[in-house]
Amino acid sequence: MNRIVIALTMSSVLALAACKKEPPEVIPPAPRDVSTPAPTPTPTAPRGPQPGSEAHFSAAMAGADTIYFDTDQYDIDATDMAALRRQAEYLTQYPSTRALIEGNADERGTRDYNLALGERRANAARAYLVSLGIAENRLRTVSYGEERPVDTASTPAAWARNRRAVTVMIE
Amino acid sequence: MTLKSAYLAFVAIAGLAAAAPVAAQSSPSVLDPAGIGDPAVDAAAGAEVDDDGGITVTVTADNWQDTGIAIPAFATNRDQPTPANSAGTTALGQELARVVFNDLRNNGLFRPVGPDALPRPSYEQITAPAFATWQGRSAEMLVQGFVRAGSDGRLTVGCYLYDVALQSELAREGWVVLPSEWRRAAHKCADLVYSRLSGESPFFDSRIAYIAETGPKDNRIKRLAVMDSDGANHRFITNGRSTALTPRYSPDYGKIAYLSYTDGNPRIYVYDLETRNQVLVTESTNPTFAPRWSPDGKWILYSMAIGGNTDIYRVSASGGGTPIRLTDSPAIDVGGSYSPDGSQIVFESDRSGVQQCYVMNADGSNQRRISFNSGRCATPEWSPRGDQIAFTRIAGDFNIAVMTPSGGNVRVLTHGWQDEAPTWAPNGRIIQFFRSERGSGDSSIWQVDLTGDNLRRLQTPVGASDPAWGPVLP
Repeated sequence: MNRIVIALTMSSVLALAACKKEPPEVIPPAPRDVSTPAPTPTPTAPRGPQPGSEAHFSAAMAGADTIYFDTDQYDIDATDMAALRRQAEYLTQYPSTRALIEGNADERGTRDYNLALGERRANAARAYLVSLGIAENRLRTVSYGEERPVDTASTPAAWARNRRAVTVMIE
Repeated sequence: MTLKSAYLAFVAIAGLAAAAPVAAQSSPSVLDPAGIGDPAVDAAAGAEVDDDGGITVTVTADNWQDTGIAIPAFATNRDQPTPANSAGTTALGQELARVVFNDLRNNGLFRPVGPDALPRPSYEQITAPAFATWQGRSAEMLVQGFVRAGSDGRLTVGCYLYDVALQSELAREGWVVLPSEWRRAAHKCADLVYSRLSGESPFFDSRIAYIAETGPKDNRIKRLAVMDSDGANHRFITNGRSTALTPRYSPDYGKIAYLSYTDGNPRIYVYDLETRNQVLVTESTNPTFAPRWSPDGKWILYSMAIGGNTDIYRVSASGGGTPIRLTDSPAIDVGGSYSPDGSQIVFESDRSGVQQCYVMNADGSNQRRISFNSGRCATPEWSPRGDQIAFTRIAGDFNIAVMTPSGGNVRVLTHGWQDEAPTWAPNGRIIQFFRSERGSGDSSIWQVDLTGDNLRRLQTPVGASDPAWGPVLP
């Protein structure tokens, strides 16, 4: 089951990413727990991340745990909607889970404004998940402003990867 | 300034010893290391110089900027150990003069020569300079001083400014300080010289709160730190376990408001420097950021996001009060800086679509945009003099710029790749900011004067950002 979900998600993200206004050139690595191995696709391996864990969620999303924004923007476009629908499906499948949505900005902004911008982005993602039926009390937000870049280059491509909202499981 | 007013200033300044009053502090004899020289006679002479126009009270920029100032080592009546310098008061006199020299040199306004390149005057010469010697060295101005260790351990520091050509005293002041505060006496001396020669208000005797940065760009450690205006007396306040941002000293230096992620969320804490306790600026589960003090220290401005929408609030700095919301647009309204009289606030908002600067009354009424046609306007900071607003100008790169409070006469002062977050010197003549390097993201604190000509980097132990310059120390 996991294997199929991952495969579908990968292909849909790649297809949609091609249409996005400022697509990330590569799918960013999972933001958390890089030391935790991804779930092995071998059907005979019963051990792996527990459903509801961040590792499990991150692997299941295969990139759809993150949505991206244009400079100074926080609107949810079609690509973002597809990713958030994947997140909502997961949250629906595992109803005891709770999620934290982390809003981020690129370095090319002033610090206070970027904190406010990260709040806007995280809340935009949260509002869409709520509109898909996820209970508000399962979704928290935090803004990291420009403090947590995933790509440390000072290039437009790096900034595009850093303007993001990342959903993580609260374990 | 006549000597009479200088003497009065001395009496007032003597209070910085803080611990206990000392009768000797109010005695003018404290200023006279040799027991020679009559303050009354000197005062008359000083007034005469002013009156006959032999020297202008405020020297114009054209001639004072290149003034050669000799600053020899401060003399002492008796070399004796002091907690301020284990080598004794003679060595301390050298250090005092070095601090004065570096203050004046680093701001690019004068051409001082420091104690390491000059002969050392005797204690008796402090009030009777060997003018011929200094004329021979082409010094136009001479700063001399003395330091004495009192029986109670405290230090008496005297500072004298002489016009070498006229062979006359322009200013003198003295201070009684705790040994741990010896550098403050030197900063006061530099302030005396700077003020007397430039006509501007003093600023050296002040402190800076900032964020110390270490580690790689994607895992940077950010700690709250403080230092004197010249970088001395540096101290880390937080340990770096959680990210700290955007500190602001309270006007009385008793507290620092800053942002910390200590509970995982961005929240403003008010840290008490004496008790070392901190409290939330307001009891709320919403994120709060961008703290600012009112000039009288009674209010703290902060920005708070509710449901993703950021507005500006103010709350009593004494704690426990109900916050008052000042803006209510659906846009990002953030930051804010009071006018010196506390009646108005300049802030930034993207209600027009992008960041621009706005002014409102302190109660939130009469909000109006002031920045037009100059890129984006962010992080506005009102000058302590009230005549300028500094801001981050975003037009491709990020620059530090100033404009009038009505948004006119925009002048760009810096040209880095990313210069942001201006903060004013207490006298409103110099602006500090931080500069980030493209790629590495390494940050450092810089300062520039209002001409834009005198730009320099401050030395800090590690990377540095988010500077906040406090007022002249109480």
